[in-house]
Amino acid sequence: MLSAGLTVLGLSRFQFAMTTVFHYFFVPFSIGLAIVVAVMETVYAVNKDETYKKMAQFWGKIFLYSFAVGVVTGIIQEFQFGMNWSEYSRFMGDIFGAPLAIEALAAFFLESTFIGLWMFTWDRFKPGIHALFIWLVAFGSSLSAIWILAANSFMQNPVGFAINKSTGRVVMTSFGAVVSNPQLWLEFPHVLMGAGITASFVVAGASAWRLLKKDHESFYRKSMNVALIIGLIASLGSIASGDMQTRFLIKQQPMKFAAMEGLYKNSTNKGDWAVYSSFNTKQHKTTSSLEVPYVLNILSYHKLTGTVKGQNAVNKEMHATYDKKFGKDMNYYVPTKTLFWSFRLMAVSGGLFALVAIIGLFFNRKKSQMIMRQRWFLYIMGLMLWLPFLANTAGWFITEFGRYPWVVYGLLTIADAVSPTSTVTGLLFTNIVYFLLFAGLGLVMIILSHRVLKAGPDSVETNGYSTEDHNEGKVEDPYGTEAFNHD
Amino acid sequence: MTNLQFLWFLLIGVLFSGFFFLEGFDFGVGMSIKFFGKNTAERDTIIQTIGPHWDGNEVWLITAGGAMFASFPMWYASLFSGYYIVLFLILVALIFRGVSFEFRANMQTAGWRNFWEWAASIGSFCAAFLFGMMFTSMIEGVPMDKDGNIFGSFTTYVNWFSLVGGVAVTLLCLIHGLNFLQLKTMGELRDRAQKWNKVLYPILIVGEVLFVVLLYLSTDFFAKKPGSTWGILIVLVLLTLIAWWGVVKAHNWTSFIASGLSLISVVVLIFNGLFPRVMIGTNNVNSILIKNASSSPYTLHLMTIIAFSILPIVLIYFIWSYWVFYKRLKSPKAA
Ligand code: HDD
Ligand code: HEM
Ligand code: HEM
Repeated sequence: MLSAGLTVLGLSRFQFAMTTVFHYFFVPFSIGLAIVVAVMETVYAVNKDETYKKMAQFWGKIFLYSFAVGVVTGIIQEFQFGMNWSEYSRFMGDIFGAPLAIEALAAFFLESTFIGLWMFTWDRFKPGIHALFIWLVAFGSSLSAIWILAANSFMQNPVGFAINKSTGRVVMTSFGAVVSNPQLWLEFPHVLMGAGITASFVVAGASAWRLLKKDHESFYRKSMNVALIIGLIASLGSIASGDMQTRFLIKQQPMKFAAMEGLYKNSTNKGDWAVYSSFNTKQHKTTSSLEVPYVLNILSYHKLTGTVKGQNAVNKEMHATYDKKFGKDMNYYVPTKTLFWSFRLMAVSGGLFALVAIIGLFFNRKKSQMIMRQRWFLYIMGLMLWLPFLANTAGWFITEFGRYPWVVYGLLTIADAVSPTSTVTGLLFTNIVYFLLFAGLGLVMIILSHRVLKAGPDSVETNGYSTEDHNEGKVEDPYGTEAFNHD
Repeated sequence: MTNLQFLWFLLIGVLFSGFFFLEGFDFGVGMSIKFFGKNTAERDTIIQTIGPHWDGNEVWLITAGGAMFASFPMWYASLFSGYYIVLFLILVALIFRGVSFEFRANMQTAGWRNFWEWAASIGSFCAAFLFGMMFTSMIEGVPMDKDGNIFGSFTTYVNWFSLVGGVAVTLLCLIHGLNFLQLKTMGELRDRAQKWNKVLYPILIVGEVLFVVLLYLSTDFFAKKPGSTWGILIVLVLLTLIAWWGVVKAHNWTSFIASGLSLISVVVLIFNGLFPRVMIGTNNVNSILIKNASSSPYTLHLMTIIAFSILPIVLIYFIWSYWVFYKRLKSPKAA
């Protein structure tokens, strides 16, 4: 609920949402594209087909843009816990800081170092070794996802902690429990699959646009093929892992699940699942809806029978559990409309991705020209390039809004987490500047990617690192390249 | 204060030292893109010297921040919320600078390339200046309540001492960056970097003297720890002189290492003066102490094990990546 108005709390929340969502446009794209590019380069290293080298360099170019924006927006994320959420940082530091520090040590050093090596050494290492660099980048970014999600999972489902009686703050009692949090091992595969989807459908979509123009047919068809294979695996994976998350939620965060399904009242044994609903959120009522029987139970329990608790019932339970500590005035209802529609958007697009991947792979068979004739399909695929970003954001909306009113589930409310030193003017200013900055960065990113696509695979230049061996006088460095000159 | 708390105070210092040593020359090189490079070809070369390294160097900052959060949450929370606007401006500077290298290389018009070159230069300049300003004003003492919330006014952050501190750090970074350029380039660029530094060093010495005077007036460092404070300042001046000598004699390694160590000695000066506090309150009663600011012994213990098992591996490949690019870059073609 971002409608908290122009208060310190409302603006801090808006800022967090805006910055993470923007960061998370690039995160899954970078993680996924690192893997896609690594696969392409590995194919090259194995069968020495130059097309695949070009492919790795070409999509690698776009990967580098995404990575750069991912990096600079990531620093905001790390700093803003202290800047905007200092009470949160004090309360959670004992647990939250550790994964963050480990992420930097174990993952960020790895990705940043090897991406530098990968960018500048195309002509200096054997293809196999050079491909190893991008694999290490991919490994590093997936590792970074594990650690940040470990932190996030604690907030969703706190484990391995105790409350210090004298300070009232959280202390870690078991690191083992924090890293084996079931929430984490459900969230991570889902996020990774989402990343795979993002990168592969962007690559496939962009290829589709070029194929519509009949440009570099063989190159883009091969690119599309690699992308769709990865995309198919990832979309099936996201459905499977999403399904496991759903069933975990029913037990762990029933309020979130009830809102995702738009249930205020408990469901009946028939398991009606709403395709569409409209709500009166003030009176906690579903005003109208279009329902299909049994689907809810199949989704929730993989059975035809059973019931799911509605928000009204969960609300009562929450009051019973938490009133002693947090008082009677708490509002435990979560933003139902957002969760309901986000879930539908995410789940439907999951199915769509799998479907399009299958059809695409069929049309794009090696010997067949079908894909070139099915222009309608290329249009669909081209347009679907934007969908993964929406699905990812929808997913995080569910996870984060559905946790309302907690920052740390059952332990700390959002309202108690904010910095006492923040001011409305300060936050208003920073929000506006961030917004303009992000709009600008996003625009440049899109323009540059378009330009790379337009220029086509023949124009890729890699960043060279041209050196002269100063020990042996003016001898040309045999490894140096001519690149990096732009006029 | 336990041994572990002391160890982590040191480690945070080490991480910030690494950050200033490495990102220091990054900032310096970044600043010089516009002020030092004469044409596009030269600027290409200048950017290329840090191209493979800048992100890795910046991770030292990220790690320092993360480690501070993990080991001293009270410090992290006070400092970061108290320096809200300063850090925000640093973030904006780092954003512009960070994307500029990749974006610039792919701009088609001179105007836009120019834009991103300015972004890199001004971004680097502002980041260095603001970090300098932040740390100097921090050691002056800040108005804090007993929970560590800082309610500062404009002059808490911007005053003569912090301005001089900011300028001094910026200058040190610029000089360090030019020393790095002397190490990585040849021909005209290298000669010019040497020529510039010959002029900049005397200015730096003046700046350092001014800094010491203001340090005496604005902090309790000399009152509380006269011996070590003087010791570090003498080392700082000696390093500056050695680096200057290195510049004059064209001993590129000597001057580069010495200017890097000068930056580190500034960090040592700050951490030595802070000890046993992490944040100094205008009212000393409210100062945050190492012993009260840290995470639990369990977390510190855990982080110690993790840091000492991962950091050596990181250092190996980090240093290796510098070794891969150890050669000087070709002189840019005359435009
Ligand atoms: C699921 C994965 C994921 C999530 C939830 C987040 N990030 Fe992120 N982050 C990455 C995955 C990632 C990455 C893939 O590793 C990035 C993106 C592109 C990149 O360069 O690295 C990255 C970059 C990145 C950087 C810059 C690293 C560098 O310089 O190399 C920082 C400091 C952070 N992130 C910190 C955060 C924080 C504090 C988050 C919590 C709100 C966060 N990220 C959410
Ligand atoms: C480890 C990772 C993350 C942590 C620790 C985290 C933590 C937080 C915190 C502290 C807030 C502020 C409280 C609030 O306003 O609800 C928040 C809100 C939010 N986060 Fe996350 N978050 C993480 C990842 C993400 C990601 C990757 C996204 C997706 C793009 C995201 C989306 C949001 C949104 C949309 C809000 C606003 C919700 C609201 O205002 O109620 N979060 N999160
Ligand atoms: C049928 C398919 C899907 C189902 C059943 C599903 C289910 C879920 C559920 C229940 C959550 C909330 C988890 C929580 O709050 O703990 C979630 C979150 C999320 N979903 Fe999905 N999802 C599906 C497809 C997708 C697709 C296609 C994408 C992206 C391309 C995606 C991206 C995300 C992301 C980024 C999150 C937030 C992180 C997380 O909690 O894992 N999901 N999903």
